[in-house]
Amino acid sequence: MKRFLGFVRKEFIHIFRDVRTLVIIFGIPAIMIILFGYVVSTDLKDASLAFLDLSKDDVTSELIERTCSSDFFRKTADLSGYHEVDRVLKSGKAKVVIVFGENFGRNLESGKNASLSIIADGSEPNTAALVSTYANAIISGFSQLSMPAGQASIPVIVPEVRMFYNPSLKSQFMFVPGVITMVLTLICALMTSITLTREKEFGTMEVLLVSPLKPVQIILGKVTPYFFLSIVNVVTILVLSRLVFGLPVKGSLILLLAESMLYIFLSLSIGILISAVAKTMQQAIFISLVGMMLPTVLLSGFIFPIENMPKIYDWVSSVLPPRYFIVIIKNIMIKGTGFAHVWKETLILILMTVIMMGLAVRKFSIRLQ
Amino acid sequence: MSKAIESSGICKTFGDRQALKDIIFDVNEGEIFGFIGPDGAGKTTLFRIISTLMLPDRGSMTILGLDSTKGYRKLRENIGYMPGSFSLYLDLSVEENLNFYASVFGTTVEENYELIRDIYSHIEPFRKRLAGRLSGGMKQKLALSCALIHKPRLLVLDEPTTGVDTVSRTEFWEMLRKLKQHDITIVISTPYVDEAMNCDRVALIQDGKLMSVDKPQNIRDGFSRKLFSARAGDKYRLLLALRNYPATLSVFPFGDSIHVTFSEETPGRELSEHLLRAGIADAVISETKAGIEDRFLELMEKNE
Repeated sequence: MKRFLGFVRKEFIHIFRDVRTLVIIFGIPAIMIILFGYVVSTDLKDASLAFLDLSKDDVTSELIERTCSSDFFRKTADLSGYHEVDRVLKSGKAKVVIVFGENFGRNLESGKNASLSIIADGSEPNTAALVSTYANAIISGFSQLSMPAGQASIPVIVPEVRMFYNPSLKSQFMFVPGVITMVLTLICALMTSITLTREKEFGTMEVLLVSPLKPVQIILGKVTPYFFLSIVNVVTILVLSRLVFGLPVKGSLILLLAESMLYIFLSLSIGILISAVAKTMQQAIFISLVGMMLPTVLLSGFIFPIENMPKIYDWVSSVLPPRYFIVIIKNIMIKGTGFAHVWKETLILILMTVIMMGLAVRKFSIRLQ
Repeated sequence: MSKAIESSGICKTFGDRQALKDIIFDVNEGEIFGFIGPDGAGKTTLFRIISTLMLPDRGSMTILGLDSTKGYRKLRENIGYMPGSFSLYLDLSVEENLNFYASVFGTTVEENYELIRDIYSHIEPFRKRLAGRLSGGMKQKLALSCALIHKPRLLVLDEPTTGVDTVSRTEFWEMLRKLKQHDITIVISTPYVDEAMNCDRVALIQDGKLMSVDKPQNIRDGFSRKLFSARAGDKYRLLLALRNYPATLSVFPFGDSIHVTFSEETPGRELSEHLLRAGIADAVISETKAGIEDRFLELMEKNE
C-alpha cells in the first residue's frame, strides 16, 4: 500500500508540474463548454433578414414589426424590387428575404389569396431550413390571430406543439452531455496512454518493470490520479453548465456521478490498452485521437443523430462506448429518468469495462519485447 | 567461491539479426565484472536478459541461485538495474526521485542511507533541483543511488559512464570499488576499453559473441607479439608510411603515439629507409608494453 501511495504521489507531481497537462485537464473542459454552448450553437439568433414589401399597408407593416421584434431576426435591408433579392442574398447582407405580394392586406381581409413568399439562402442548408421554419412560424401565428373568429372558410387543423424536457429547444441541452463524454474520453484515454508510453520512452519503465511492483500496481498507480481529476472535471462541467446555461440536473446527481465513474473506468482501461499497443507517445496520441475522439464526436449521436446514419455506421457506433454513455447522461440530466430506464446501457458499459480491463492487464507486458 | 551469475548458451535474435550468440560466462559473488565492446555488440540486450527484462531465445541463466525465467519475481527484489539512459524522472527533484524509487521497493531512504552515503553526498546539496537540470555526472550518481536504494545483491549497470566527463568517470569507478565491501556483485558494461582495468574480470564482446573472459591483466598479457610505439612530428604521415610498410601487421593510433606490430622480430634498417623515403626523418620507434586496448584490437582483428 505504501508503494502504491508513493506511486500515486509521484504521478500527481508529474501532472501538476507540466503546464501542458494542466491545460488539457482543466482548460479543455471549460473551453469546450463555452465553445459548444455559444459558438457552435444551432439556435437561431439575430439572423439577417430583408423585406420586399410590394403592398406597403397596415398588415404588412405590422407583420414586419412582429418579425423583427423577436430575438431571432434582425432587419438589414428594405428592398424595392425583385431584382434586388438576388443581390442581398449573394452579398450575404441577408440570409432570408420575405416578399409580400401586391395588395397583401386587402386580399387577406377579403379572404382572397394573399401571396407571401420566403426566400432563403440555400447555400447553408441548415441555417436556411432553420430560418424559414422560424419565419414561417411567426407569420402563421399572426395569420391565426388576425383572422376574426368564425370567418375562416376552411377549418384548419392546428397542432399545438410542446417540447417536453427542453421547452425552449436550447441546443446546450444536447451539447453538455456530449461535452462530458468528450472530456472524459480525452482525459482518460488520451492522457493515460500518453503518461504510460512516456515511461516507456524515457526508459523509466525498464526500472519499474525490474522493481518488485506488480503490473496491476503500476497501472493503478498511474491511472488513479486521472480517475480523481476526471470526477473533478465532471463536477466542474455540471456546475459550469448550471451557472452559464441554467441547465439543471433533473435526475439523481448520485446516479449521474456513479455512471460517470463507470465510464471513466472504461475510458481508463482503453487508455491502458492503447499504451500497451503503442510504442511511442506519438503513436499513443494518434490512436487515441483517431480511434477514440473522432468516433466520439461523429458517431456517438452527439452531433449527428444515429437514426439518420446509414445502417453500417449504426453498427460501427454500437461498439463505441460513448454512444451508450451519452444516452445515459441525457436521460438522467435532461429527462430526469432513474436507473430503471438506463440499466440496459449501464450493463453494456459494465461488460465493455470488464473486457477492456481484462485485455489491458493481459496485454501489459512484464518484460520488454 | 559461489557464483552470482551462471550463463549457459544464451542466444537472442531480433528479426534476422542475431544479437547474442551462445553466450557463456559466470560471475563470482562480490566481484566487479565488466563487459567491454563497441556499440551494437549486444551488451544492452545481454543486460536486459540478466535483469529479467527479456527472455533469451535459447540457453539459461542462473542468477543468485535462481532461474532467471522462472524465479524472476523473487530476483527482481534483489537486482538493482541502471539502464543505459539514466532512468530518472526529469521533472522530479533529486530528492523526489530517490524517495520514489525507495517507496517502489518498499523501503525508505533513511533505512539504506549508509549504503548510498558516499555517492549521494556528492549530489545532496542539490537535492531540491529537478533531475532534468543536473549535469551528466550528477545524473549518473543519482541514478546509481536510485539503483542502490533497496540494497540489491546484484547491481546491473548498463554503460553508466557513457556521456560522462573523465573526472566523474574516475570518481564513479572509485565508488563502485567501495561498494564491494557491502558484498554487492556488480555487472557493468562500457564501450571504453581503458576502463577494463578497474574490473576484477572482464569479458570482451563483439557482434554478439564473447571473445575472451579473464582478469584484465591476463587479457592484456595475452598479447602475442612484440609491440612498438612510434612517434614523429607528423603523426599522420607516419601512420600512412607504417601502413605501407610490407612487414607491418597492425597499426593503431594510440594517444600521441602509434602502436605497431611487425612480422619480423625487430624492425631494422629496412624500416628506417622506408620511413626516410616517405619523408619522415624524426621517427622514434621503441618497444613498449601492451595495454588492454592493444589486446582487444588484436582479438577483434582475429575475429573478423
